[in-house]
Amino acid sequence: MEDQLIIAGQAIESRFFLGTGKFASYPLMREAIVVSRAHIVTVALRRVDTQDRRDNILEYIPKECIIMANTSGARNADEAIRIARIARAAGCGNWIKIEVIPDNKYLLPDNAQTIRATEVLAKEGFIVMPYVNPDLADARRLSDAGAATIMPLGAPIGTNKGVCMRELIKILVQEINLPIVVDAGLGRPSHAAEAMELGASAVLVNTAVATAQDPALTAQAFSLAVRAGRIAYRAGVAAPKDNAEPSSPLTGFLR
Amino acid sequence: MKGSFFDELRRFNSFDFYSFLENVRRQDIERALLKEPLGELDFLSLLSRNALEYLEPLAQRAQKSTLANFGRVILLYAPLYLSNYCDNECLYCGFKQANAIQRRKLSLSEVEREAQEVSRGGIRQVLLLTGESKGASPVSYIKECIQAVSRYFTSVGIEVYPLTEGDYVSLIASGADGLTIYQETYDRGLYGRLHPRGPKSDYRFRLDAPQRAAVARMRQVNVGALLGLGEFQKDVFFAGLHGRWLQDNYPEIELGVSLPRLQPQAGGFVCAHPLTDRELVQSLIAMRLFLPRAGITISTRENSALRKNLIGLGVTRMSAGSRTQVGGYALAPAEEGQFEIADTSSVDEVKEMIVQKGHQPVCKDWQVL
Repeated sequence: MEDQLIIAGQAIESRFFLGTGKFASYPLMREAIVVSRAHIVTVALRRVDTQDRRDNILEYIPKECIIMANTSGARNADEAIRIARIARAAGCGNWIKIEVIPDNKYLLPDNAQTIRATEVLAKEGFIVMPYVNPDLADARRLSDAGAATIMPLGAPIGTNKGVCMRELIKILVQEINLPIVVDAGLGRPSHAAEAMELGASAVLVNTAVATAQDPALTAQAFSLAVRAGRIAYRAGVAAPKDNAEPSSPLTGFLR
Repeated sequence: MKGSFFDELRRFNSFDFYSFLENVRRQDIERALLKEPLGELDFLSLLSRNALEYLEPLAQRAQKSTLANFGRVILLYAPLYLSNYCDNECLYCGFKQANAIQRRKLSLSEVEREAQEVSRGGIRQVLLLTGESKGASPVSYIKECIQAVSRYFTSVGIEVYPLTEGDYVSLIASGADGLTIYQETYDRGLYGRLHPRGPKSDYRFRLDAPQRAAVARMRQVNVGALLGLGEFQKDVFFAGLHGRWLQDNYPEIELGVSLPRLQPQAGGFVCAHPLTDRELVQSLIAMRLFLPRAGITISTRENSALRKNLIGLGVTRMSAGSRTQVGGYALAPAEEGQFEIADTSSVDEVKEMIVQKGHQPVCKDWQVL
């Protein structure tokens, strides 16, 4: 059986999405994209300088990638909407990751404002991927508003703490009929594999790759871990249980 | 109403800094090294003389924190001086009223020529500065200047005399998105002696300016102290507390902190408490660990070699190719600037230096919406 990730009707070739911030240089970023074969890469519009011929980040992204602009820096829905429109006008296409962060201390998203921005932008034809705190009711609202995926955070951005929101993400995977992409907080390839084993459709990583000693090699490790995690999920690898289960059960004689 | 940072400062009115700093023990530093987040007294401990022994492990931690929060990226900006008319008498400043320097105020077309020249070098974030003279550089003039430069830059900050909330609202509407204002020194008595005349002698109005800007919804707010005026430990400590208070009460702002160190200037002011490089590095590291999410700026007051070494220790933002005279970029005036520039490298040279340190120089990090 084919296991193709489809978002907004489009086949996505890799379940490993890569963010492009924090790299030491654009060539290193490009190498990480190429080596990991990431298909969707996010770009912060705040960093896109279309007037700079020498240093335009978009020039370093392989042609076959889908560029998903993000609204980094937006403090509310209105700013996110404006950034999305500017991104489209600047040639970033109509894939948009909505990030609304009114809190610069913890960088946690504002779900209510994100839902509002999603409603507006989905109607304008954007393929909207909202970054949110994992919350079932909000995920349903986003789904109704026309989101193409839901992107719950695994842990706060840049913390490398892994899938801290595990139980809530599991519920989203079970209940929401959209691809769930675990975004933020994944510090190691094993974290990415864990998210995929839970049934996430994809993961998005940035800090852990961009700030690694060898970003390309790290991106490759993440990419492989994502594939392994996905295969494990499909294979039905046994989930951990809270209680011990004897291998010679007491009722085993009732055969 | 969230009160004022002034009330926070009052908590320390009878605090004995001298005895606290002298009594910091090794185990206090070792505990602070493992703690996250740092409490205010942990932060102060890191500014003690005993903490200097731990500078290397502290630096390692500061580097890790900076990397996680900001990545391998340094933002570049340039200052643009609009006018050096000033009604103040700040004893340490090259622009003070009593100094017999050539006074100049740029016309709007000159402002545009300057902006064009700065942007030609690749700079996309500009900081507009003026002396404090409501006659020569009123808010209406600052407003016109913001509008005049906005098509050359993606982000326009202002470093001007403290304004009312309403004035900040109006400057934001004109396209300003960042405010830089330093308290110079948080020591009220010393502040009074250093600013004997002029509107700047109002300590409280200046102290509350970053808060008024945050209320007006300024995106980026930078605070700091001019190190060397008083004992650096106190000023670094209060600048950090000021930053944390703003971040706690106005979490939407992008907080920045600067640690400018007093340099020789016109007027022959003698710096009473000069900081060694080691103490500057100590201050920078302590600030980074206390405020992991704050941007930290180092300007061209510091020389190129030191700036290079500070990359990776907590700095996230640097000025480049700076001129501190009014008209310094395109109009080439003969007079002195506000302070002496120690790093005279061009923007391209600064970029090259950042690349050599394994970081990416970034000129655009925002655009006014």
